[in-house]
This record gives sequence, C-alpha cells and structure tokens, in this order.
Amino acid sequence: MEQIMNETMSKYFNPETTASIKVMEGTHAASQAVKLARVKVISAYPITPQTSIVEKLSELCASGEIDAEFIKVESEHSAMASVVGAESAGVRSFTATSSQGLALMHEILHWAAGARLPIVMVNVNRALAPAWNIWVEQTDSLAQRDTGWIQFYCESNQEVLDMVLQAYRLAEQVMLPVMINLDAFFLSHTSEPVALPKQELVDQFLPPYNPKYKMELEGGHAFGGLAMPDSYMELRYKMQKSMEEAERLIPIVAEEYDHIIGRHHGTFLENYRVADADYLLMTSGTISGTSRIVVDSYREKGIKLGMIKVRTFRPFPTKAIREAVKNAKKVGVIDRNISFGQSGIFFSEAKAALYNAEHRPLMNGYVAGLGGRDVTPETISEIVDHLIASEKGQDLIWIGVKK
Amino acid sequence: MSQQLIDIPEVELMGKGHVACPGCGSTVAMRFVLKALGEETMAVIPACCWTIVDGPTPSSVLKIPVMHTAFETAASAASGLKHGLDARGEKNTTVMAWAGDGGTFDIGFQAISGAAERNEDIIYFTYDNEAYMNTGVQRSSATPEGAWTTTTPTKTPKNKPKKDIVEALAAHHIPYIATASIAFPEDLIAKVKKAKEIRGMKFIHIISPCPPGWKSLPNDSIRLARLAVETKIFPLYEVEDGWKYHITHESKGTPVKEYLKAQGRFNHLTDADIENIQKTMDRKWKMLKMKEKLSLEEMEVLD
Repeated sequence: MEQIMNETMSKYFNPETTASIKVMEGTHAASQAVKLARVKVISAYPITPQTSIVEKLSELCASGEIDAEFIKVESEHSAMASVVGAESAGVRSFTATSSQGLALMHEILHWAAGARLPIVMVNVNRALAPAWNIWVEQTDSLAQRDTGWIQFYCESNQEVLDMVLQAYRLAEQVMLPVMINLDAFFLSHTSEPVALPKQELVDQFLPPYNPKYKMELEGGHAFGGLAMPDSYMELRYKMQKSMEEAERLIPIVAEEYDHIIGRHHGTFLENYRVADADYLLMTSGTISGTSRIVVDSYREKGIKLGMIKVRTFRPFPTKAIREAVKNAKKVGVIDRNISFGQSGIFFSEAKAALYNAEHRPLMNGYVAGLGGRDVTPETISEIVDHLIASEKGQDLIWIGVKK
Repeated sequence: MSQQLIDIPEVELMGKGHVACPGCGSTVAMRFVLKALGEETMAVIPACCWTIVDGPTPSSVLKIPVMHTAFETAASAASGLKHGLDARGEKNTTVMAWAGDGGTFDIGFQAISGAAERNEDIIYFTYDNEAYMNTGVQRSSATPEGAWTTTTPTKTPKNKPKKDIVEALAAHHIPYIATASIAFPEDLIAKVKKAKEIRGMKFIHIISPCPPGWKSLPNDSIRLARLAVETKIFPLYEVEDGWKYHITHESKGTPVKEYLKAQGRFNHLTDADIENIQKTMDRKWKMLKMKEKLSLEEMEVLD
C-alpha cells in the first residue's frame, strides 16, 4: 500500500516542479490556477456550488496575491459579457459559473466563441431547475455543445488546476474559449491534495497573452459588425478549422505541460485496462474514479472489463474513441445527463462517432446519477452485468429510477 | 449664437457613408458626441439601429475602434473593456456605450443598473428614438404615452407613460447624468466634455427623432429635437451625484400640440388627449424646477 501511495505521489507531486502541496476543494484548485495563470480581469457572479471560486478569488485579489481587476457583476450574463469586453482589450480573463448561471450566459457563450476570444471559464456541473437541485449533473454544460467552446471534464481537483492552465495555453493558440467542467460537490466541495506548480514553471508554460487583434486606438477596427451572407459562412468555417486545430494541439499542450510541470492526465481519453478488454465502460467526471474500482473487481473475477474516461467533449474525440474500442465487443456509456427525446448525450455522440468506423461494438446507453444521486460501485456493477448480458444495443437504459 | 458655435471641435471622427435613414437624429448625435470626446475613445455598440448604421463588415463609418455586442450587454461589455484597458495600462481611453432606448430602458436595464451601482468608469449614451426602430417601430418602455407603434396600433395606442430613465439612474447616485438634444449642439458638447472629465459612471440621454418611426419629415428632425425641449417634453438638465439638479436650458413652454401635430404617430390624439399630455408635461417641469431649487438650497447649506 505504501509503495502504491509513493508511486501515486511521485506521479502527481513532482518535488522539483512543485511549490507546495495543499489539501483543497475543487473550487480552490480552480482559483489557485487563476492566480498561477496571471489572469488580468476576473468577472463572476456567485452561484452554488461555484460560489467559493468567487469568494476565494475575491480574497486573493484583496490580498494582492492576484493582480487583477475583479468586476463584481450583477448576473452571469453580465459576467460573460464583461469578460468578452476585457478579452477584446487583449487581456487574459476568467469567469466561473454553474447550471442556471451557465444557461443564462448561453447567448454570450456564442458571442465569445464567434468573437474568437480565448476566455477560460470553470463550470461546476450542477442540475438545472425545476425542481431546484444544486447537485451534480452535466446537462448544463453539454447543452452548450454548439456554442463553439472547447470543453474538458475533470475527475480530480489536481486535474482542475492543471486543466485551467492548459486551457489558457490551448485557447490562446486557437482563439476559441475553453470551459473546464467539474462535478458539483464531489469535486467542488471535496478536499484533495493538490500540487501547486512553481510560478516560474507556469510562466514558462504559459507566456503572457498578446493577441494579434484587439481593441486599439490605432487602426480603428470594428469588431463583430454585420456580416452579409457573402462573408458569414467563412467565419464559421474558420471556427471549425480552429476546433480541428485544437484537436491537433490538445496532445501537444498536454505534452508541453508534462515536460515543464511533470504531470499528464491523458489527452482526449484516459484509457484504463482497455487494450485487451471485451467490455468497456465509457465515463466522464467523478464516475470514472468509481468505475476504475469496478473494473479492477471484474478483472479479479477474470472478466476483461476496461474503462474509457472521456476528457474532451468539444472537439469530440471521434478518432480516439474509434481506436480505443477497436477490440471491444460491447461498450456501455454512463451518462450523468440526458437529452430529452434522445438519450444520454455522451452516448449519442459516441454512437455517432462509431457509425462510420470499421469496428462497431454493441453499444448501450445508461443514464444514471441525475441531480446528484449517488453512483456507487454497486450501481456501476449493475450496469456492467447488464452490458455483459445484452444481446443487442439499447440507446437508453435508466439506472436506479424508483418505480 | 455664432460665438458659441466656434466651440464645436473641428475634428470629424464620423466618416461619410453611414447607412441610417434620412433625417436620423442619432447620426447627428454621434457626430457631435465624437467631436466632444476626441480620438482617444472606443465605442461599444449593442444591437440597435447603429448595428446597421455603422456599416457592414469590413466597413465602419466611425474612425474610432468599435466593439459590437449583444443587445442587453452595452453596459457590461463596456465595463469589461474599460477594466481590460486599465489592466493593460491604458487608463486614458474613454469607453463609451452607444445604445438605443430598447437596449437601455428595457433589455439592457439590468446591466446598466449593475454598471451604475458599481460606478463603472464609462460614458453610457442612449440615443432615444422612443421605440424599437431597427425592427420596424415596436413600442419600448421609452415610447411616450399616446403614441402609435406597430405593437400599439391606433385603436389601442400606448397607455403607459414613458419610463423616466434619468430618475432611475439618479436613484443609483452616479456622478453624472445629462439629457441632450441635437438641436442644442453647444449644450450637448459641453455635457459630453464634462462627462469625459468625470471618473465613474456617466449617463447621457439624447432625444433622437426618427422620421420613419415618428412619421415625421426627414427635414423636420432638428426642429422636432428643439420642440421636444421647448415644449418641456424633453427638458435639458443635469443630475450630479443623484441629487444636484441643474436645468441647462430654460424651456420656452411652447404648447405640446405643436410638437405632437408634426408627427404622424400622434395623429389619432384628440384635443382632450393633447390637453392631458400638456398638463402632465407642465407638472413634470414644475417638479423638475422644484428639484433644481431644492438641490441649490442644499448645496448652499453644504457650502
């Protein structure tokens, strides 16, 4: 056990690159990343369970630890609109939200991406009302699928910190905004040891932001004006090309981060015992950690189970998924989200990704854990047993609904 | 008069070729405002007539940088831009928001209230043409009582009074608020120049005649902008710190009928309706005069 711990510790907490190791909540990990990224303008509005990000950043700004302008806006809509304004001035900006707040921002999410502003936002995945519910569910961010934002999903507080830093590096190269998602409470309010990398190494990884185009007195540019049908489509084509460029850069940025900071969380997917697996679970967020334990317990019974943790939702990891499932017989996707009238959202995306693939395994879509309902090892075992027994694929299987 | 006109800066920061309707008050307003603000200015323009008036990409009729933004975000996007410029050390640039009445009185009101309460260092202009003109004349909360619009047809004209945006902003105790009219350019320019020198939130409300929406003649816009003031419908005044009222032009008290009769949007009004409007405007003027008197007295006490 001690040896395992040491291996884990050395994997995550490289003493040469680490300034300190602190036990902190996911929201504080996000806030510390904002400090390390030398963000210049912060604008945010509190919402449970994101609130402690706003509070922590207020503290860090008040104490002078962060040298940033903090706009304490009256709504999430204004939070996103004001970071759009700040980024237009060519300075690195940050905001954070959750659930209803993200839904309120929706219009300006399109604007941020269309204006090609590399804003980074942390979203704490929380269920949408009604009924009021402050617990984890991913429908809030997945509903922003077509806004032009790059999206990552995290499994640990360390990953939250590391991904905020990588997000700026990526965003500022492709000029698209990035959303870093973490689960309400299971990450946002759960304390874990987090290694804070040395500032000078972060500076080396993330150079100062200096965009080619910004609001400047010289030149008299107009941004975001009317584009007629003869020019609008090209702007959208370029956004897609930048998304494709993001797909190329995500592994490179992860490598650079590993090289300088000494930590790697995978790229599009994190594959766990996948190579020889007959059966695969596809997960995201904190369900992944629980699934790993289940994978191990089935392996002990001689059942070749593996797990794919999906880390990016946009760009969607089509190629990586095709590669990861190429030897699998059956794939069960666990979705903590639902697109009403269809199925779990990761499921429908993954299924679509495999339609043109050479190897198409049987696929089941499981919806579980909505509104923060616990997804325990027993829940996941129920899913695995169902998957193994399945003779043909089913798009929507509800897990744990009370009859 | 001619002596005062000399004070109008010669600089032209609005080029030729805007695509506004003939007789549009907002183009005249923009030209004067930019003369007053000068080159170190950036504009934030939400959805409004000026989204179109500025010209399609890649053209812009303005010689200053422009950031177009979503309908309800003029105040919030301008706040962010100002903070961004501050963060990059460019503290002398004036950030102006330039919005219509819909983006100000209605959909953008929350963002303005937020920016005002935070006392953001921006100048917010609303060019008020008293309805959603860019979408083809639908009522806004800035539409005056009794007016026709496409959503308040003549059988049921608007039966709610125009929202008093100046009083709403005054309640936020911001450093500077002013009303202005394109028929009084010296007054307008003086107010804009004054606003530029004040730190914190400034709000300038400009009456902006709209021939297609008001059903008036394009060559009548300046006269209507003058009549709005002289009839006491749109008095010219300033409010500093939310309580110091100062009337900058003594309205003559021209009968409101003269103003209303020049606009087709009021054609259906009866003499009794007009009489009611006259009474309302007289009362409002009286109240304004009282506020000015009270604030002068209070300032003397403070001195």
